[in-house]
Amino acid sequence: MPNLINKQNKYAVYALSALALIILPLLLQSAGNFWVRTADMALLYVLLALGLNIVVGYAGLLDLGFVAFFAIGAYMYGLLASPHLWETFRWVALQLPAGLHTPLWVVIPAAAFIAGVMGILLGAPTLRLRGDYLAIVTLGFGEIIRVFLNNLDHPVNITNGPKGLNQIDSISFFGLNLGKPLKLGDYTLSSVTLYYYLFLTLVVVSVIICHRLQVSRIGRAWMAIREDEIAAKAMGINTRNLKLLAFGMGATFGGVSGSMFAAFQGFVSPESFSLMESVMIVAMVVLGGIGHLPGVILGAVLLSSLPEVLRWVSGLLDLQAVTNGRLDASILRQLLIALAMISVMLMRPRGLWPSPEHGKSLQVKS
Amino acid sequence: MEILLQQIINGLVLGSMYALIALGYTMVYGIVNLINFAHGEVLMVGALTSWSIIVTMQESMPGTPGWVILLIALLISCVVAAVLNFAIEKVAYRPLRNSPKLAPLITAIGMSILLQTLAMIIFKPNYKAYPTLLPSAPIHFGGAVITPTQIMILGLTAVSLAVLMYLVNYTKLGRAMRATAENPRVAALMGVKPDTVISATFVIGAVLAAIAGVMYASNYGTAQHTMGFLPGLKAFTAAVFGGIGNLPGAVVGGILLGLIEAIGSGYIGVLTGGVLGSHYSDIFAFIVLIIMLTLRPSGLLGERVADRA
Repeated sequence: MPNLINKQNKYAVYALSALALIILPLLLQSAGNFWVRTADMALLYVLLALGLNIVVGYAGLLDLGFVAFFAIGAYMYGLLASPHLWETFRWVALQLPAGLHTPLWVVIPAAAFIAGVMGILLGAPTLRLRGDYLAIVTLGFGEIIRVFLNNLDHPVNITNGPKGLNQIDSISFFGLNLGKPLKLGDYTLSSVTLYYYLFLTLVVVSVIICHRLQVSRIGRAWMAIREDEIAAKAMGINTRNLKLLAFGMGATFGGVSGSMFAAFQGFVSPESFSLMESVMIVAMVVLGGIGHLPGVILGAVLLSSLPEVLRWVSGLLDLQAVTNGRLDASILRQLLIALAMISVMLMRPRGLWPSPEHGKSLQVKS
Repeated sequence: MEILLQQIINGLVLGSMYALIALGYTMVYGIVNLINFAHGEVLMVGALTSWSIIVTMQESMPGTPGWVILLIALLISCVVAAVLNFAIEKVAYRPLRNSPKLAPLITAIGMSILLQTLAMIIFKPNYKAYPTLLPSAPIHFGGAVITPTQIMILGLTAVSLAVLMYLVNYTKLGRAMRATAENPRVAALMGVKPDTVISATFVIGAVLAAIAGVMYASNYGTAQHTMGFLPGLKAFTAAVFGGIGNLPGAVVGGILLGLIEAIGSGYIGVLTGGVLGSHYSDIFAFIVLIIMLTLRPSGLLGERVADRA
């Protein structure tokens, strides 16, 4: 949409879309909390996709284990704000008689920090690798994290194994508990709607950060590395530090998104962090338009809300009964996602909403 | 000592299956520089096809010797897998040969999910008991045990490898494949048809995967629609371990990986005093991979390739 946003009406468009985003949950809420929940999850996925976009889109490092950072963030919040540690370890209970409840102001920076450190730790041994090798190593890293989450319930019960952590606190700040509906006069804002606004704020902040990064010196250096690492090095770019920075920055977003996910669900288990999730996030970035913020957001919203819409449609059609139990919503969803990945790539290999062609390496015409 | 011997046998069996799958990855990667994520699913399709043939044959023709059924099932599933992989390449990879590098990777992942889902719809998601067709009495030697199925796996792997080596090193097609892997454009100028060669590579890879699939299913006695994923992943690790694009490397990598995994999961409990159990066996492959790539990114037998930016 080249002519929709130009200098004259830029602010009008911004204001309108902001208004639309603010009203959206109120409209969805009237149709049922299920839809608001879908929107919430979509926002979390946008956050994840934005993070991965830094690694894959800007720096050109294909990361197939991104969900590991999501998991780290989620488990960190889960451990810091659920009765699990308190019940398992006596000294925790002695230290904190009131139970372990960590405020938002600690959780977000902590999740960002730990995930970022993990990202750098993962990045360090893989610096020399590129392309597909990197993909497979990161994939392995993701699996390792999941196997550990699954098995660290003995000898010392840290992650509670496949059962996961539950009774995780919902987020509360300034005396406002997002886990409970908020009454404003006659109007009630449901809990999911409150989360929607929190996530929306995070997404907006992230978009601004990403955009500023993209046009900054760092962003340009990343893109130079993506296009040609040797040339970038020759131009005096410190490729090692910048690649580590990309891993770290990307992971930060994953960590924050994970901690929000844990608070939102109230429950985390290793199942939520399978390889399929990593693949999904990569698919969001690539399908939407790699390295292009609006495209990435579009991809994340489409792929994360599609399953929910499908669930609704198949419930409407009573699909399971019609097809004799062979098809149900989740199978249909997998089928359609697979088909979408293949057909979109075949028809638009650069994504649904690719970045405009400039600042790219010259295309060799053969 | 008996444990060690037993684990070595298990490792060899596991490793030879990895080697067969890894060959498919490495050949495809050598020629088109693409991780064929759907390769593990081709294995799964091979296994499930053979399962349905075996079950139908056992019902309709009771009294047929087990090895005949197995052989027929193996042949048919090889054909099915070959046709499938040929079609996958044609539909999902060929149109994207000159697009950005991530695009075919995404279609490959999509293809993998698609095949898994279709298999789940067609074959239903339950675990299927894979019939034991060879005599099940184990053979003892030196305190260790080996089943006839495992002997068959080792033998079949050896035969497949010999045929493949002959095909690649001494036939016209093999020469064309090596030339295309070296440089597709120059190969094309010399009269090699890259498209034919690439299709042939996918077909050969699929046949190897189907053999591995049948072996995998008969070794573990089950087949299911998700069975291809983990062996596929580990076989890719094996291919990278040995040096991707290098055929002997894939074999060596596969067998080594199988040994490491079997011995590692046999001893990890003893070594750590029961703290870490054998359920960590799945991560050995990845730890090996990460160490390997850090120390020698080109793999055990791989040559150092100059960066192609």
